[in-house]
Amino acid sequence: MAAMTPTAQETAAVEAKSPAPDVTRTRRRRPGIRRGLVLGLAGAYFLVPLVASFVFTVHVPGQGISFDAYTQLLSADGFTESLLLSLGLAAATIALSLLLAVPALIAVRLGSPRLRPVIEVMCMLPLVVPPIALVTGITTVLRWGPEHLSRTPLYQTFIAVQNEKFPVVLVLAYAVLALPFVYRSLDAGLRAIDVPTLVEAARSCGASWPYTVVRILLPNLRSSLAGAAFLTLALVLGEFTIASLLGFQPFAVWIVSISGAQARMSVAVSILSLVITWALLLLLSRTGTASAASAPSRKES
Amino acid sequence: MSAPTTTPHPTGTAGGSTTRRRRRGPRTWLAALPLLVFTALCFGIPLGALIFGAVTRTDSGSGVTSLTGEHVARSLQGPYLGSLIGSVQLSVLTALIGAVLGVLIAQAVVTSRSQGLRSAALTASGVLANFGGVPLAFAFIATLGISGVVTQLADLGSLDWDLYSFTGLAVVYLYFLIPLMVLVTVPALDGLRPQWREAAQNAGATPWQFWRHVGLPVLAPSLLGGFVLLFGTAFAAHATAAALVGGSVPLVTLKIADALSGNVLTGQENVALALGLDMILIAGLVMAVYLPLQRRSARWLR
Repeated sequence: MAAMTPTAQETAAVEAKSPAPDVTRTRRRRPGIRRGLVLGLAGAYFLVPLVASFVFTVHVPGQGISFDAYTQLLSADGFTESLLLSLGLAAATIALSLLLAVPALIAVRLGSPRLRPVIEVMCMLPLVVPPIALVTGITTVLRWGPEHLSRTPLYQTFIAVQNEKFPVVLVLAYAVLALPFVYRSLDAGLRAIDVPTLVEAARSCGASWPYTVVRILLPNLRSSLAGAAFLTLALVLGEFTIASLLGFQPFAVWIVSISGAQARMSVAVSILSLVITWALLLLLSRTGTASAASAPSRKES
Repeated sequence: MSAPTTTPHPTGTAGGSTTRRRRRGPRTWLAALPLLVFTALCFGIPLGALIFGAVTRTDSGSGVTSLTGEHVARSLQGPYLGSLIGSVQLSVLTALIGAVLGVLIAQAVVTSRSQGLRSAALTASGVLANFGGVPLAFAFIATLGISGVVTQLADLGSLDWDLYSFTGLAVVYLYFLIPLMVLVTVPALDGLRPQWREAAQNAGATPWQFWRHVGLPVLAPSLLGGFVLLFGTAFAAHATAAALVGGSVPLVTLKIADALSGNVLTGQENVALALGLDMILIAGLVMAVYLPLQRRSARWLR
């Protein structure tokens, strides 16, 4: 999961920024061949598993081509439930992490620059803690519930956050995991606009604080908000470790649970989830490029 | 970075109106409070519980909690130590291979004149670097597993190929590590300005001398940083390994998961916590190396 560090958005910004160096005109032929070889081998390594898994799902040995693995998906036991659970968790996580991070980051820009390093460290710390270590901590805390707090009102909270239907504890854990990505995306967006000037202009025209934030700042941050939301969505849809160890069954856990009995279907679902993630991230890099084009002063660091 | 809105206005400094002017300070601080409280609760408490559980022991009879190094010591012995070493070995190996191959691909992409290839490669890297976890494991099972398509076509079974092994895991990990390295290296290679090469050439330097004295020293922090990032990513990966090998390869993440889901003797939970602590320490060390390197390389990347 920590692999999400460089975002597709950063990639897009890099693309937009740097024209290809064209000093290579005088190059000899050998580097060209070597380059072709490198890129060809890399292309093969990255394409073969994708093509092969598709072939695996549609080609049944001895029976020929069949799309059953895909058509039977919708009626498969637990498919809709787990997918809906994952989407619900993703929506809640996005809402929570944006609600927490947006005011904090705007505040840091506006009036509390001294808080800046504190917020930054707090948002980046989850990168140091692997999800599996976080979940060992969470299980320990959850065990306190029945052991020490069974006679206090807090106990009810412990039960409530572990509701099978909608495990709030997962939302909280995912929001922690998403924090570094949300922070980076928002920070880059805020860096591109002059927050104090915008706010002062709006305030001196008589705009209220909520109006200033909702109608002036947020529209300017649209692409980085979208970026944060997409990355969080991709993270939650693919998350396996925490959910499986806490005993819930969102999408990724469900795929593993059916793999034993229905190998073909589990691969089909994997391809689908790859396609969905791919589409999301392409969309994200599209919005990223658009914002980079409209704000040429933007600097990525 | 300083916010103009908070600079004290000269008109208000004389009288008692300063308190009114200052009011915005605390108010903006309040907006950051939910985030601080949230991280303290949802990140700080589990982390605290992890550390506390790793270094203490509670006597089941008397309920007395005492400080002990026993769990940490146990986590550094026998099969647990083996799993830590296995994880470190796998991560170092995959990070090394991934870094080298990633740099080669990034160099090929950067030196090619095609803008289309460049943007395609970068977008694909962005997507593939995020393609870890369970779906990746299943894609590889379908490709190189026992009845996988490529295994059947190339008859890899007779060549002793085994996806569910250390080597197999390394091949799978490279699928997201190489793109990650490409993403990290392309900006660094872009920072290597053509003028430097021209200057070196004009001064009579051979390509080797250019790389030895200009290219590599400039790139070194980014490359090392990329390696460390790859190491950290491979080290923390759990879902791919869990879906792929189950327990046949000793990895610390798999051992922790085993201990947590009660597949081992009772009373081992604290060892799981200690293993988690070991992981955080190693990952923290990695970050302590990575962040300064990243800052150093940023100097050359405009």
